[in-house]
Amino acid sequence: MSETQTAVGTPVLKGRGLTKRYGKVVAMNHADFDLLPGEILAVIGDNGAGKSTMVKAICGAVVPDEGTIELDGEPVHFTSPIDAQSKGIEIVYQNLALSPALSIADNLFLGREIQRQGFLGKYLKMLDKKAMHKIAREKLNELGLATIQNINQLVETLSGGQRQGVAVARAAAFAKKFVVMDEPTAALGVKESRKVLDLIQDVRARGMPIVLISHNMPHVFELADRIHIHRLGRRLCVVDPNEISMSDAVALMTGAMQPPKAALV
Amino acid sequence: MTEATGAPGRRSMQDFEAVLTGSTTEVATFDEPKRSPIQHVQHFLHANPTIVPVVVLIASVLIFGAIANNFFTPFNLTLIVQQVTIIGILGIAMTLIILTAGIDLSVAAIMVLSTVVMGGLGVNLGVPSVLAIPIGLLCGIACGAINGGLVTLFRLPPFIVTLGTWKIFFALVLWLSGGQSIRSQDIDAQAPILKLFGGTFQLFGAQFTTGSVAMLLLFIVFWYVLNWTAWGRHVYAVGDDREAAALSGINTNRVLMSVYAVAGGLCAFAGWVAIGRVGSVSPQSFFEGNLDAITAVVIGGTSLFGGRGSIIGTLVGALIVGVFRSGLNLSGVDVLWQQFAVGALIIIAVAIDQWLRKVSA
Repeated sequence: MSETQTAVGTPVLKGRGLTKRYGKVVAMNHADFDLLPGEILAVIGDNGAGKSTMVKAICGAVVPDEGTIELDGEPVHFTSPIDAQSKGIEIVYQNLALSPALSIADNLFLGREIQRQGFLGKYLKMLDKKAMHKIAREKLNELGLATIQNINQLVETLSGGQRQGVAVARAAAFAKKFVVMDEPTAALGVKESRKVLDLIQDVRARGMPIVLISHNMPHVFELADRIHIHRLGRRLCVVDPNEISMSDAVALMTGAMQPPKAALV
Repeated sequence: MTEATGAPGRRSMQDFEAVLTGSTTEVATFDEPKRSPIQHVQHFLHANPTIVPVVVLIASVLIFGAIANNFFTPFNLTLIVQQVTIIGILGIAMTLIILTAGIDLSVAAIMVLSTVVMGGLGVNLGVPSVLAIPIGLLCGIACGAINGGLVTLFRLPPFIVTLGTWKIFFALVLWLSGGQSIRSQDIDAQAPILKLFGGTFQLFGAQFTTGSVAMLLLFIVFWYVLNWTAWGRHVYAVGDDREAAALSGINTNRVLMSVYAVAGGLCAFAGWVAIGRVGSVSPQSFFEGNLDAITAVVIGGTSLFGGRGSIIGTLVGALIVGVFRSGLNLSGVDVLWQQFAVGALIIIAVAIDQWLRKVSA
């Protein structure tokens, strides 16, 4: 069991009895969810298990029919991703949600630009490009992305891994509570995957809890402190990656095996 | 970061990745691959798309200056600026919309409708000009808002929406005006302020109109707005990737709505300038103004796919068309070759845009 487990306080995010129906299809059936401070929680599940519906519910993209969500012990009702964002939850989408024709700096601050102080900002709405560039450079440096020389470089000229780096930096820079990463290595090669995995650990090392959704078992087992296994619309169990084998995790996920007594929940 | 800082007891790097320990450790390197000279040019132009039209403008001015008599005179050069004033202002409106990956075929119709409203109220109905002009401008904003509403609320394609409103607004023009023009002397008598932008003044031996000064000021204002305000960045982001912009927290419908409304207001303002330039209010004028505005935007290097381009490019694009028309005219070439040249310029400009977009692939 990793060190984060011993310092358990209130879960950063606690979901209880989350249910979502689409007509007769129950996408989420009284699902529970706990994200603890400082941990990487991997969420795995077979296709159609409803893990994406659950993750969407905790970041506002889906409004559950039933159930409660508590953020740091306070009940919350997210109505949109922007709503969740304003409460300090950042999502790195699988398609990254970057604007290719804009620069790295523009992308980092897209939708939350900084305006100048005084007359220029108040009446002319002038952007404080200097401040934004400075912060952008700092944030990228913190995550070891310092080799980005030109913060005005257009995102479309970056490689897949570099774009992922920009998206992760944006999430890490603005997240106050936690970051959700959806398949962060799915589109990347071996070498770039490695760099992104290191980057994710850097983000965790700074105390930021992470929800990692991935189909890549080796990556899940390398990064996760705990693994949330989702099956048939609900949480089947939570396991410690150091005490279970990859094949057992897959067996649990697919229903070939029942949850062991040693499971954490 | 290396594995040493990972949590203890964690599985180390996977076996197949062991070879990576000898490779670079930067998270993201931004090393530039070797490029041929042509790729260098491609990347430079991709980063500075306004360079192409600027070079074309300078070259065409020099060439026509050399071959056409009286081209290089202050009179002719300022005349070109005067001739592109209306299309230039419509071009600003068109640039905003094309940057959002839209198109507006109704710009000239909105403009003429606004002139008919201004003239009809101010001249025919005797409404004071200080009321007639703002009502005309509001009419333009309302027309733009109708386009924007249909595009955002009903999710209709901008091409279809504005094809429809183009016809509708021109029908309204004919209905409101009864097909009648308002004569210049009537405007002078009733509402001379409608011709405010037809005023001229001398500078360095050349004659300028207040309308062309207004156009240049508008270009500066919208250059500022697009480059130095959050709204401007959002216009680019929405046109580039609407989904990504929405996920970044931008209210994309509000941005689109405001773009169409602002464009409508600009068209109405272009109408006020046009009354000064033409001298009268004619319901039958500017039938191809929408296509001329699109021409200026495209030749100016703005991509029809949205998200890429610049407002200064549109000014340059409008000037290129003006220079070609004037230069070919003064060279004694038949008018049909002006059309031919402008058509060729459009195709070349779009071809260059397609080539530059390959940089990102």
